[in-house]
Amino acid sequence: MLTWMKQLLAGGAMALAIGSTSVMVTSPAFAADEAKPAATAPAAASAAAAAPAAPAAVPNKADTAWLLVCTALVILMTLPGLALFYGGLTRSKNILSVLVQCMVVFSLITVLWSIYGYSFAFTEGGAFIGGLDRLFLAGMTPDSVAATFSKGVVIPEYVFMAFQAAFATITCCLIIGSFAERAKFSAILLFIILWFTFSYLPIAHMVWFWPGPDDIKDAASLDAITARAGWLWQKGVLDFAGGTVVHINAAIAGLVGSYVVGKRVGYGKEAMKPHNLVYVMIGASLLWFGWFGFNAGSALEANGSAALAFVNTLLATSAAVLGWSFAEWVLKGKPSMLGAASGCVAGLVAITPAAGFVGPMGALVIGAAAGVICLWGVSGLKRILGSDDSLDVFGVHGVGGILGALLTGIFADPALGGTGIWDYVSNAANPEYSMGGQLWIQAQGVITTLIWSGVVSFIAFKLIDMVIGLRVKEDDEREGLDISSHGESAYES
Amino acid sequence: MKLITAIIKPFKLDEVREALSEVGVSGITVTEVKGFGRQKGHTELYRGAEYVVDFLPKVKIEAAVEDGILERAIEAIEKSARTGKIGDGKIFVSSIEHVIRIRTGETGASAL
Repeated sequence: MLTWMKQLLAGGAMALAIGSTSVMVTSPAFAADEAKPAATAPAAASAAAAAPAAPAAVPNKADTAWLLVCTALVILMTLPGLALFYGGLTRSKNILSVLVQCMVVFSLITVLWSIYGYSFAFTEGGAFIGGLDRLFLAGMTPDSVAATFSKGVVIPEYVFMAFQAAFATITCCLIIGSFAERAKFSAILLFIILWFTFSYLPIAHMVWFWPGPDDIKDAASLDAITARAGWLWQKGVLDFAGGTVVHINAAIAGLVGSYVVGKRVGYGKEAMKPHNLVYVMIGASLLWFGWFGFNAGSALEANGSAALAFVNTLLATSAAVLGWSFAEWVLKGKPSMLGAASGCVAGLVAITPAAGFVGPMGALVIGAAAGVICLWGVSGLKRILGSDDSLDVFGVHGVGGILGALLTGIFADPALGGTGIWDYVSNAANPEYSMGGQLWIQAQGVITTLIWSGVVSFIAFKLIDMVIGLRVKEDDEREGLDISSHGESAYES
Repeated sequence: MKLITAIIKPFKLDEVREALSEVGVSGITVTEVKGFGRQKGHTELYRGAEYVVDFLPKVKIEAAVEDGILERAIEAIEKSARTGKIGDGKIFVSSIEHVIRIRTGETGASAL
């Protein structure tokens, strides 16, 4: 979704020249006329109408403030949210290794994002990867703007870039849970660089890049704009905040990693209990809190769509906590704190692709289903898969992500309370919705991501294994990575 | 002089300490320990993984006493630590060859 809207500065002028000039020239007038019937953002619409002759849309200050806050919220999800959630799940001798991995990977990806990540993901290039226009954030100024989902509404490109940076960082940090407690720190950093470059960036571009709605006036211009979008966007995959790009993408990478890196020493024989479920609870709660920025912020505007995503993030997650807890109570005898926290994350994952597309009751069903099915993901499915996915990245993020992506296709149906699909030609939600068709489109998004990320991950892990090795020495693993890899310990012994 | 080593339930520690003070025991050493006996452990379930916890937390008390109060001290521990349920613990008594108070160099009974 989201885009890099060509600025109407120097870069924009070039795009104008390349594109259909006659259509482009009339665009400001059309944008002003059409902003009102769209009715998704009344304030923005009137602002646009007030300046019909303006050559470029000016960001709304409320939208800008909202996105800045959301960006900080998404950063909070990783540091310390995910770090504590993961850290509490490890044994006490390995908590610092997970915390330092999260903080360093976060920082590494942020830097890479500014150097080439943003450009390859969110500028126009091919259907599979973006271009070079924004390498080193070249040409980006405080006046640069990015498109939203409403015609004539833009946000500063800086905040869009930072918001997307936060998504890239948490996705990379998610993966490390799969091979926690045994992987070599240098191998992790190397893997993350390769995977970010060859899996995250293409998938993000395929699913989310499009040039923005401003120039869509009729079926022909819609086709022209769509043809410039990412491959999965062109197919019509619905992914509001990152079910495929973030969760399925990271989870399959983690699962492949858990196979290639191998099981922890003593896995299946020694007890490998989470050492601090209080941290797990704090981490899961911070993830939930930050996820309001992740999902509601993905509307890119402070509007009704953001409010819907916010409500769905609240409802689906609560339903998932109840779903996991009661399923565990019935099937395993006791409702546990770890179960409630895991259900919380499972619900958040599942509602992510659906957040702005489904109605509140659809969100309840998606959440409850995720709570129950992800419990199977970390128990029954885990036994079938047979790998040592230390912190159940695939069981929660993979299973929850796939479930959410598919159920988005079902509950986005207006007949089931969803928003349907917005038609930028008629400037209204399309009343016709093919549930089966959309489900198949969603499945293609899932399958593409699983295969792409799975293959990239396998090659990257094998390559690193040959060059520097993936694991720490067995003695170091027994001693714990905190001391053997990082020279410190979290607790007095 | 005898060394009494008692393994008791952790929540009984304060009662045992009071009972020993009443019979004239001048000091004890307490250690948190884990172990197993006839009391069964429990199972813990973390997502898909089930672990049997065999070792239960107990408290170990060590007290050096003069022969004259040995019987009363043992009785005090027995009474104060007993709940009547499995897992109440055990009392071991052994002989002490030598005792020295570090501060003064006193030895034998006067060092207790």
